[in-house]
Amino acid sequence: MSKIMVPLGPQHPALEEPESFNLLLEGERVAASQVCIGYNHRGMEKAAESRTYLQNVYLLERICGICSHSHSTCYVQTVEDLAGVEVPQRALYIRALIGELERIHSHMLWLGIAGHEIGFMTLFMYAWKDREIVMDILEMLTGNRINYGMNTLGGVRRDVTPEMADKIREAVGQLQERTEYYSRVILGEETVYLRLSGVGKLSKADALRFDTTGPVLRASGVGRDVRRDDPNGIYPNLDFQVITDDHEDVYGRTVVRVKELLESYKIIRQILDQLPDGPLTVKVPNRIPAGECISRYEAPRGEDIHYTRSNGTDKPDRVKVRAPTLANSAAIAHMLDGGYLADVPIVIAAIDPCFSCTDRMVRVTDANSGQAQSMDWESLRRYSAQWYRKQGMDFSRIPLR
Amino acid sequence: MKFFGKIAPDLLAMLGKKTDTVLYPQVKTPVSDRFRGALKFNKERCVGCKLCTRVCPAQAITIEKVADKEFKAIVHMDKCIFCGQCVESCNKDALENTNNFELACSDKSSLDWEI
Repeated sequence: MSKIMVPLGPQHPALEEPESFNLLLEGERVAASQVCIGYNHRGMEKAAESRTYLQNVYLLERICGICSHSHSTCYVQTVEDLAGVEVPQRALYIRALIGELERIHSHMLWLGIAGHEIGFMTLFMYAWKDREIVMDILEMLTGNRINYGMNTLGGVRRDVTPEMADKIREAVGQLQERTEYYSRVILGEETVYLRLSGVGKLSKADALRFDTTGPVLRASGVGRDVRRDDPNGIYPNLDFQVITDDHEDVYGRTVVRVKELLESYKIIRQILDQLPDGPLTVKVPNRIPAGECISRYEAPRGEDIHYTRSNGTDKPDRVKVRAPTLANSAAIAHMLDGGYLADVPIVIAAIDPCFSCTDRMVRVTDANSGQAQSMDWESLRRYSAQWYRKQGMDFSRIPLR
Repeated sequence: MKFFGKIAPDLLAMLGKKTDTVLYPQVKTPVSDRFRGALKFNKERCVGCKLCTRVCPAQAITIEKVADKEFKAIVHMDKCIFCGQCVESCNKDALENTNNFELACSDKSSLDWEI
């Protein structure tokens, strides 16, 4: 059979964000595929270098609209570590509370999108309607539905009052009831199982080989979760399970996410019961001592990594973000190969992609002439080394090929 | 046809229920007390320390001196990211977040407010 190349994206109704996939089709099956990202680059890492540490909290929060709290928490952890301050316990509990509420909202959103991609529109409507409950709670606590602005250096900005805690308990009760219903639908409905099982297969060995993270990795039977393995904040005080599944396909990823919702409710109840009294913030100096720090955080989509290097001034030298989608996107091509063309949207959606968090592209524009130029990897490295050398950084140990 | 009629209980429960959506411009859902909307500037309280200008992540606010001990704020609401850091940093409570979220307009320059 002759093969044809079908481009999917950068603008396509099946995709939520601009990214491009080149699919080599053999009949209805995907023989080979190629993932191209880089359509939505925003230059945040570079912008972070010209802002103060406090301003960067708000900038880096806007890396992702859905896991915004994960990014800002991950970043403030690095800065707090560099400054050597100890964050009050109450602030850590509130951070974890918002983090878990965010996980609920992200997983609910994903469940709706998955329903939409497989033609199960009722699930989409139900999941997004119930998501409003958690969005209202987030708005009540932080003032915003997304981009909460809850974190600040050395703590959190807003308190949780006892009346709010009661409202959260009530909302969590409602959500639990709904999630148990979804879990019955997903675990019990034959149509969902037949549609999703065997789609986007990723074996345990491959999941580890491609360095996937989050629910994608856990659905391949690897129980890896930063909250348990490298806990930060108050997670060691909490009792929860890391959900894994052995289906190794999109069905497994759905099961993992729905069960994680139930774990999040458990965590939120524990946080509200244990919430200690005390101050919300501790003073962090404007100038952060020189050093470097790396921090990990379990975002809804997987492990989020932030690296910050300080040089003793009020602005960071370098901020590097590894968003979870970057780790998962390498496995997309492998998951698509051998599958049907009709399964492509759900396989892509199953990693819960957030490509604008991930995109890295450099466009060098001459400030005087306004001309852009394309550079190959080698000259780009040389350019960046020279740029940093002007800032007083020594890269002599790194060989420039 | 094993599952025929399975949706009936859900359907009956939905009947006579009010819709979840509202007709927005006529009906407005209330925003949270902690909502951070358009900025309000109380000029009698401002001492011109310009701390708000320095902390703003979006360079959306400038304070200018108009007379002795009298200042005005130029707020670019199109640049503002509504983080509320200026309100939090202000020692004299001269800045305030209102609950006004209806800032849509067809002319971008009308979002440069002199207050």
